[in-house]
Amino acid sequence: MSTGKLDKKNGEFAHHFNDAEHEYVSSKEGVWIFLTSEILMFGALFVGYFIYSNLYPEVFEVGSQSTDWRLGFTNTIVLLASSLTMALGIYYCQKNDKKKAVMNLAATVVCGAIFMIVKYFEYSHKIHEGWLPGQWFHGDTQGIENLPLYFSFYFMMTGLHGIHVLAGMGLVTWVAIRANRGEFGPHYYTPVEGVGLFWHLIDLIWIFLFPLLYLV
Amino acid sequence: MWWIPTAEAQSFMPPAATQIAENVDTLYGFLLISSLVSFVLLMGSLAYFVNKYRRKTDSDKTAYITHDYRLEFLWSFIPFVIFMICFAWGAKIYLDMRAVPEAALQIHVVAKKWDWEFIYKNGRKITSDVDDEGNKVPATMVIPVNKPAQMIMTSTKVNPADKKDRAVLHSFFVPAFRVKQDIVPGRYTQLSFTPTKEGTFWIFCTEYCGTGHSNMMGRVKVVSEQAFNDWVIGDESGGPKELSLADKGKEIYKTRACIGCHSLNGSKMTGPTWKGLYGSDRVFADGSTGKADDNYLRESVLNSNAKIVKGYQPNQMPAYQGQLTDEDVTAVIEFIKSVK
Amino acid sequence: MSEGKNYINQEAGLMSWLTSRDHKRIGLLYFYSIGFFFFIGGVLAMLIRTELFRSGNLFDPALYNRFMTYHGVIMVFFVIVPGIPAILGNIIMPLHLGARDVAFPTVNLMSWYCYVGGAILAFWSIFLGGADTGWTFYTPYSINFSGANITAALAAFVAGFSSILTGVNFVATVHKLRCPGMTMKRITLFTWSLYATAILQVLATPVVGITVLLLVMENIFGIGIFDPEMGGDPVLFQHFFWFYSHPAVYIMILPAMGIISELITTFSRKTIFGYTAIAYSSLAIAGVSFLVWGHHMFTSSQSEVAAVVFSVITMLVGVPTAIKTFNWVATLYKGSIQMQSPMLYALGFMFIFTIGGVTGIFLSTIATDIHFHDTYFVVAHFHYVMVGGTLMAIMGGAYYWFPKITGRMFSEPWARMSWVFIFVGFNVTFFPQFVLGAMGMPRRYADYLPAFESLNQISSLGSYMIGTGFLIALYTFVQGAYRGEEAGMNPWGSKTLEWTIPSPPPHENFEEIPTVTAGPYEYR
Repeated sequence: MSTGKLDKKNGEFAHHFNDAEHEYVSSKEGVWIFLTSEILMFGALFVGYFIYSNLYPEVFEVGSQSTDWRLGFTNTIVLLASSLTMALGIYYCQKNDKKKAVMNLAATVVCGAIFMIVKYFEYSHKIHEGWLPGQWFHGDTQGIENLPLYFSFYFMMTGLHGIHVLAGMGLVTWVAIRANRGEFGPHYYTPVEGVGLFWHLIDLIWIFLFPLLYLV
Repeated sequence: MWWIPTAEAQSFMPPAATQIAENVDTLYGFLLISSLVSFVLLMGSLAYFVNKYRRKTDSDKTAYITHDYRLEFLWSFIPFVIFMICFAWGAKIYLDMRAVPEAALQIHVVAKKWDWEFIYKNGRKITSDVDDEGNKVPATMVIPVNKPAQMIMTSTKVNPADKKDRAVLHSFFVPAFRVKQDIVPGRYTQLSFTPTKEGTFWIFCTEYCGTGHSNMMGRVKVVSEQAFNDWVIGDESGGPKELSLADKGKEIYKTRACIGCHSLNGSKMTGPTWKGLYGSDRVFADGSTGKADDNYLRESVLNSNAKIVKGYQPNQMPAYQGQLTDEDVTAVIEFIKSVK
Repeated sequence: MSEGKNYINQEAGLMSWLTSRDHKRIGLLYFYSIGFFFFIGGVLAMLIRTELFRSGNLFDPALYNRFMTYHGVIMVFFVIVPGIPAILGNIIMPLHLGARDVAFPTVNLMSWYCYVGGAILAFWSIFLGGADTGWTFYTPYSINFSGANITAALAAFVAGFSSILTGVNFVATVHKLRCPGMTMKRITLFTWSLYATAILQVLATPVVGITVLLLVMENIFGIGIFDPEMGGDPVLFQHFFWFYSHPAVYIMILPAMGIISELITTFSRKTIFGYTAIAYSSLAIAGVSFLVWGHHMFTSSQSEVAAVVFSVITMLVGVPTAIKTFNWVATLYKGSIQMQSPMLYALGFMFIFTIGGVTGIFLSTIATDIHFHDTYFVVAHFHYVMVGGTLMAIMGGAYYWFPKITGRMFSEPWARMSWVFIFVGFNVTFFPQFVLGAMGMPRRYADYLPAFESLNQISSLGSYMIGTGFLIALYTFVQGAYRGEEAGMNPWGSKTLEWTIPSPPPHENFEEIPTVTAGPYEYR
């Protein structure tokens, strides 16, 4: 068993790797493999979305009018900005610039929070109107049979994505704290990079969700 | 191929009561023999090798054979060819099985937890019964021999008022006919067969549907055409006369405001005419096309906006989802079929 | 060897096990937990067979349906899917690669905790009244807003995470942790099969994850996506479900095939015939398995065209499977064959798996499948493949690596006796079910027509025989682990890397990372 914590910043590495570089590339690959898994999970929802929007085009046409594209657009911009700050955070970790790294990571978390706040307003508006999934729907169906299905997809997709944003915020906070402790440097920034990849994926998924749910 | 009948005799399949079933059995015999041959070849060579090359001393040397591409190609290619034969043969029989024969006797099959109901066009409804000793007599459908029959099947709730209850999947399986089709709530599925033997055969539910799944059995009784006609007439003489499905549909047509928008003489009103509607080709507002079959009609009754025929306005007709029972919808469709 | 430090006596105390990141210890943790579940699943199987011993009802059908459901859920999600990768794969694969551990030891431990989490949920659902949906959770039957259904589906969801994490770990390990000289053409066939399996785990499991999550949401909130009453499509659930669950069949069987390759070479002391073909056929099976899910749905009201297409692609799976079988038999040719109990299991596997394989052709041929679908023919077929195949292989593998894992030998006569009971019992149990299926007896029936009785009785008797066989095997393991003779480094005279280090292996596996210069089966 290893004795105590490894000083990875100064080139120590877990016992089963050849060197620190080996550990870095392996970990990065692990994150990528996990992300493919995530993509397939959302992929199934997208497939479901396409099947139903094909089956009931009118449901998705009328349903998407309930969303405000301006709010969605704001969120898109916010997430894109957060991807930039995330990338900068990694960059400054590599450059050993602790202060800037922490600032950028914190900015990423703030962007995530703004995203969630906007989502909160969107959700509460829908709940207020009774635009809820399936059997909870009690708003105006506007004569469209099965309209609640749109909201089932809306809440499932944005809900699952929202949970990912929250998880991402937690992870970014975690690496920010570690960065603040000065645990990262030019030779060790694997966790920041891994979390960064995850955060970019969340961003990417939103880029697909936005047109499907708001603009169609 | 002399061995195929031999295989059939040993196959444990129930007696085949349709032509399709006999075709399936022939294919089954082929599969049985060819898999038996390959199994014996494979296990035989395995046993032979195990026996012949048993370890003799602890320092045995073995041949160093890494591969042989010709051999490997052969034992990939030969199974491939056999598999493709099985596939093509099986697909052909399957497509025959699924083809709906002309002028088939249509019977509506209603599956519910956990029983069968068979409704004939003349409104006659067959359900399970109890005999004098209190034993269940499964619902028994009667059909004539050598005439094609088509099942139009759907699944309904037992108690429409129970919000937690759901109509569930069932599956209609007659082993003697070698046919099976799942019954899906909210749509019609169909199945057809032409019995060639008289007799009574079991119907099993083969899609798990809950506690009573294993008791969900029915029977199909194949009788001579004469006996079938007698049976149909015999029913009408005794007891109050039931409305035929089409007549029931006509009642609904008159009382539920269909009559306001759909003509029966071919003239165009707010909605398309019902004359000659069944089985016709439809062109929809979005340019797509389709055939006016049972599922299309069902969808249009329940949710008219789903597919708007070219030249008509959407949002004219109320959605009848939740307004009409499954049986009502079936009756309306039967009525549409009768308006030729 | 046992006087030195090894992974077992390295540290003592329960906590040292529960927090261990050593792949060998995690493998043993999996062994105990999966073994426990296997016991429960096995008892349920015998209860099912007891109910079916006679026509008529011994148990209430509602209770029987719960037996049937939990037998399926436990055996699939908690025994066979994780079985080989998480136990033997965890312990052996890094040794085969010449690595000190898997790529992410912490993730490996996390995956075990996910498994335990799923297990707890599965038990909890029993106390909520028990799910009775069958392991396939088909909608709309599974939409009844019951707590038991929700928890049982969540159990599958959480156990799925365990599977994904193992998959991620194994793919990265095979890519990155091979020792010097260990090219992809020199890794063992067991590792190849685990690699193909891991890819399936990563790509297929998330789909069933989201599907059961949707089912949970359906049960809690009534979102209607699979509910025909709200415009949903219950058949879509089947598509999603089988998109995972068909590849899952290969998640179950591919590692078993890998074990068989190891056993055949070792006990015939001969290099494998057609290494490349066997390795690539694993990948081929994995690839094609994503495109055949529709063959579970020939009668589900999918279009005729779809059925035909799925049928032809399904036939293609048969080809790589046949290649593997022929290559194993060819490996025996001119070998030096020793009939030790692991080899008996390997040969038993070949016998049973071949029957399972050819009956698969009966089921991928559409016309015959229409008749056999959802009858006991299908039940017999998948037990022949998954139980006869995977369980025979896992038992063979367990006996084969037992000396490496524990450092001691088991008692050969007892091991052979367990084989006799399991092999014979298995065939007695499941062969009559083919006949029952041909006769038309549907599956998941708590009761059946009297005409089916005699064959069912034979089948039930066989199941008790299998039970006895596994109890004997358990005795063999316990007896061997405590009383067995010391095994030494390489009791079988095998050539792969795990046999070049002490038994049990030290924590670090290899004192010095080996350098490999040749393939894994160099018996010359």
